[in-house]
Amino acid sequence: MTHIIFISMAVLGGTALVSAVILFLTAKKFNIPEDSRLEEIEALLPQANCGGCGRAGCHDFAQSCLQASAQEFAALNCPVGGLPVMKKIAAFLGYTAVKKEATRAVLRCNGSCQNAPAKITYDGVSSCRIAHLISSGQSGCPNGCLHLGDCIKVCPFGALKLDEKTFLPVVDANKCTSCGACVGICPRGLFEIRAAGPYVACRNTQKGAIARKNCKAACIACGKCTKISSDILLENNLSYIPSSAATRSLGEELRKSCPTGAICLTTEKKDE
Amino acid sequence: MLKISTTPHFQTQVNTRQIMLDVIIALLPAALAAVLFFGVNALLVILTSVASCVFFEYAVCRWWLKSANTTHDLSAIITGLLLAYNLPSSIPLGMILAGAFMAIVVAKMCYGGLGKNIFNPALVGRVFLFISFPVQMTHWPQPHFLNFFAVDAQTGATTLGLLKHMEPGTTPPEGILPSYEDMFIGNIGGCIGEISALALLLGLIYLLWRGIITWHIPFYYVGTVFILTGILYLLTGDIRYDPLRHILSGGLLLGAFFMATDYATSPMTVRGQVLYAIACGILTVVIRLYGAYPEGVSFAILIMNAFVPLIDKYVHGRIFGHRR
Amino acid sequence: MNKVKTFSMGGIHPNKYKMTSASPIMDAGLPEIVTIPVKQHIGAPAKILVKKGDKVKIGTLLADADGIISADVHSSVSGEVLKIESAEGGNGYLEDMITIRVEGNEYEETIDRTGQISRDIPLTAAEIIGKIREAGIVGMGGAGFPTPVKAAVPEGKKVDCLIINGIECEPFLTADERLMIEKAEQIVLGAKILNKALGIQNAIIAVDENKPKAIEILNKITKTYIGVNVQPCATKYPQGGEKQLIAAITGHEVPSGKLPVDVGCVVQNVGTVFAIYEAVIKNKPLYERVITVSGDACAHPGNFLVRIGTPISYLIEKTGGLNKNVAQVILGGPMMGSAVTNIHAPVTKLTSGILLLSEKLSHKEQETDCIRCGKCALVCPVGLEPFLIRRLMSEYQTDKLRAAHVQDCIECGCCAYTCPARIPLLDYCKLAKLELKKKK
Repeated sequence: MTHIIFISMAVLGGTALVSAVILFLTAKKFNIPEDSRLEEIEALLPQANCGGCGRAGCHDFAQSCLQASAQEFAALNCPVGGLPVMKKIAAFLGYTAVKKEATRAVLRCNGSCQNAPAKITYDGVSSCRIAHLISSGQSGCPNGCLHLGDCIKVCPFGALKLDEKTFLPVVDANKCTSCGACVGICPRGLFEIRAAGPYVACRNTQKGAIARKNCKAACIACGKCTKISSDILLENNLSYIPSSAATRSLGEELRKSCPTGAICLTTEKKDE
Repeated sequence: MLKISTTPHFQTQVNTRQIMLDVIIALLPAALAAVLFFGVNALLVILTSVASCVFFEYAVCRWWLKSANTTHDLSAIITGLLLAYNLPSSIPLGMILAGAFMAIVVAKMCYGGLGKNIFNPALVGRVFLFISFPVQMTHWPQPHFLNFFAVDAQTGATTLGLLKHMEPGTTPPEGILPSYEDMFIGNIGGCIGEISALALLLGLIYLLWRGIITWHIPFYYVGTVFILTGILYLLTGDIRYDPLRHILSGGLLLGAFFMATDYATSPMTVRGQVLYAIACGILTVVIRLYGAYPEGVSFAILIMNAFVPLIDKYVHGRIFGHRR
Repeated sequence: MNKVKTFSMGGIHPNKYKMTSASPIMDAGLPEIVTIPVKQHIGAPAKILVKKGDKVKIGTLLADADGIISADVHSSVSGEVLKIESAEGGNGYLEDMITIRVEGNEYEETIDRTGQISRDIPLTAAEIIGKIREAGIVGMGGAGFPTPVKAAVPEGKKVDCLIINGIECEPFLTADERLMIEKAEQIVLGAKILNKALGIQNAIIAVDENKPKAIEILNKITKTYIGVNVQPCATKYPQGGEKQLIAAITGHEVPSGKLPVDVGCVVQNVGTVFAIYEAVIKNKPLYERVITVSGDACAHPGNFLVRIGTPISYLIEKTGGLNKNVAQVILGGPMMGSAVTNIHAPVTKLTSGILLLSEKLSHKEQETDCIRCGKCALVCPVGLEPFLIRRLMSEYQTDKLRAAHVQDCIECGCCAYTCPARIPLLDYCKLAKLELKKKK
């Protein structure tokens, strides 16, 4: 009887031993040496994997940080973590973190239900990208917001919500991390990542009269804002305010100068 | 104000409710046959089952999920009918309630309702009763044609039960096994909905005519059973393997026409359906001939239900313009 | 009569609503103003040659094709160019358009307006293609691909079968059917002209079974023309899809991502073939076309010969106006046509019909849960699984879309038409295609 026990033990033990050797050898052979610092940097990152930094994800960003020189490091920024996270990484790598301008997404359209009343009813699937394919939308403005909220669905941080009165998506600047998901999804390219300050909430390139027919708050390219600041560009019947310290200081004046109310101001973030 | 919408701009009249209504219509001949052969008892079983299934679905929506009432899509009525068809007419009505609870609350609503359930609710109800109350569930009253108020006192074994317990290679004395005509019309003992092949065939023809199901699952399921038992019959000449008796008796036709074809629990593509039906057929024959139970349709379908997600994942049809 | 043919995969049988099959083609007359878009085709917009204030005649070249994949645009009326600017098209987006005020009805001298049918084709293949190009002909079935490109055999390819698409599988539309009944001989001659351009001897006119009169007339005429045959096809949607039609007639499937010419086929719509006949024999540019104005909310439906650029609203007025039953105006058929936001938009070379649909017909029921019936996969003429594409899209599993072959979707709408749970499956397929394009 006992010899059966011994045979079983020997077979099992032998199998275990052989497996252990195989496992050891494969682990040795396929081992990819990874800088241990990479893991530590990655642990500091928010792990949102949003791609807001321009890299494929947090792992990729950690790698960029590790490979960067002191100068290159100053240009890197994790929009989700912001300065606190960058400071921690800087301390770890022995560099210094530079404060970046706080940005958020802004919706460059003021075509609310009141400003741009619906001329037709849309009876289809609730997706801006589909609605964009089949028509210019309920108001008739070919560049305006379609009010169907693809941006809200795609936002990984819950920073967007549909205003119940205007039916425009509203950006919560404190939640927005400038990841750019909304910029990518909007079929009309209405979102822009910018710093606080005045911006033109219109993308309509139609002539003033036609644009106004569809929307009361359209930019009619009257050029009044360009007289206040020479930085402001006027192209294709549409003005554009570049984000700069100069235009920021003129914010309120620019807003008041616009006859249609197309120029809006963004609210400051809490930590600014 | 003009309306804009995405293509197509008009749709077929057939919606979910219409489909369910068609299935109910297709199930009615079998209900008629049940009442003709088992009298008022069968009617009571059917009504209790349908009413309790609809009630349980309503109750779950109303008091548990607090969501929109989904009973108006009529699918609970189908579950009720199918559950009743899988029970003997002599079953105590209280047990039907337990079966309906199992079918609707556990097998359907717990998974998320119509279309999301993995197992056929009616079959789950039946198997639950079959395992919990084996005595009552295998108590088969003999049919009493047009004698509506007869008491189901006279009982006997089903054809499959007789075949199962026969000595191999023997021929039973005349009159023990029912004739093919009786089996086709439904003058045999068994579950109330499965007895009449004629009524079930009428239902199948209606379903095919209305385009509710395609012919694949019924054909391949019944065909597989016929061929497998046929091969054994030809090889051995043993009456236990008589392919016609295997098709006409037990729940094979009911299962192949109405339960294996259940939308939610069968594969979506035609290729997948063929594979599923053949596997159901093989399992049915194996359980009937080599398992402990005389009948294997419900187990076969339930086992294959579990494989449906896998079939859907790996079995796809050919795409136009790609190599055959 | 030949055996009825059809494609093997999927397809649906929607209600036909062909109430205008027996209405002869009528001249729609002249509106006061026409607006002619400079891009009525796939490819680059044509370069505008006229300027404000110019006097034009019917057939005057307004804009010149810009490159190979582009088409000339001609004036459909005589009169004065009022303005050249961007205006709203049928879908509300801006397009460059030439607005002309109609004055009189003067034709360019080169156009042969006699009704005589000329039966011999004295031109060479290159000359024929040149004439087709000059006439600005594009695929009139709705795709709008410039025809001269399709009429020439590409280098290294061999064409052995010309298919004339006389299948109008969309409900309501009857323009092609009437054209085949009334202009049968011209269509057969057009096929002969195309044969010469392609350097082949045979052509097949495919007509679906629900047009017995067209089949009868074409059968009678093709007896005297060797090489041209009529092939009846089963009435099934989307039989008129190019790839489906080739599969039905020849049995060959155009491989995914390839063109019909790769299986030796060229498919032309009957409307296009008629325009080719008129261009080559009569020197007539494409400035008018036959369209069906119909729909269940249309008071007096009919088939009309319409000048390109005529406002949709003019035709709606002519057939009874926008009554309160009209919920939707559709350009094209109800399965693949587009809903109109601006009824003052013009008819283009690609408009096969204008449909006025009632709320009852166009009503979209509330979407409910998928019941896994598999009907969408059963009716898909490409063999896709729309339910799977929808699941991948709603679960953001976009990396699996290519394996689901979304790029092969022809957007026929059979899945969404059939779905008993009213899930907008086609929209999910379109979104999935956008998603794939973004990835490239």
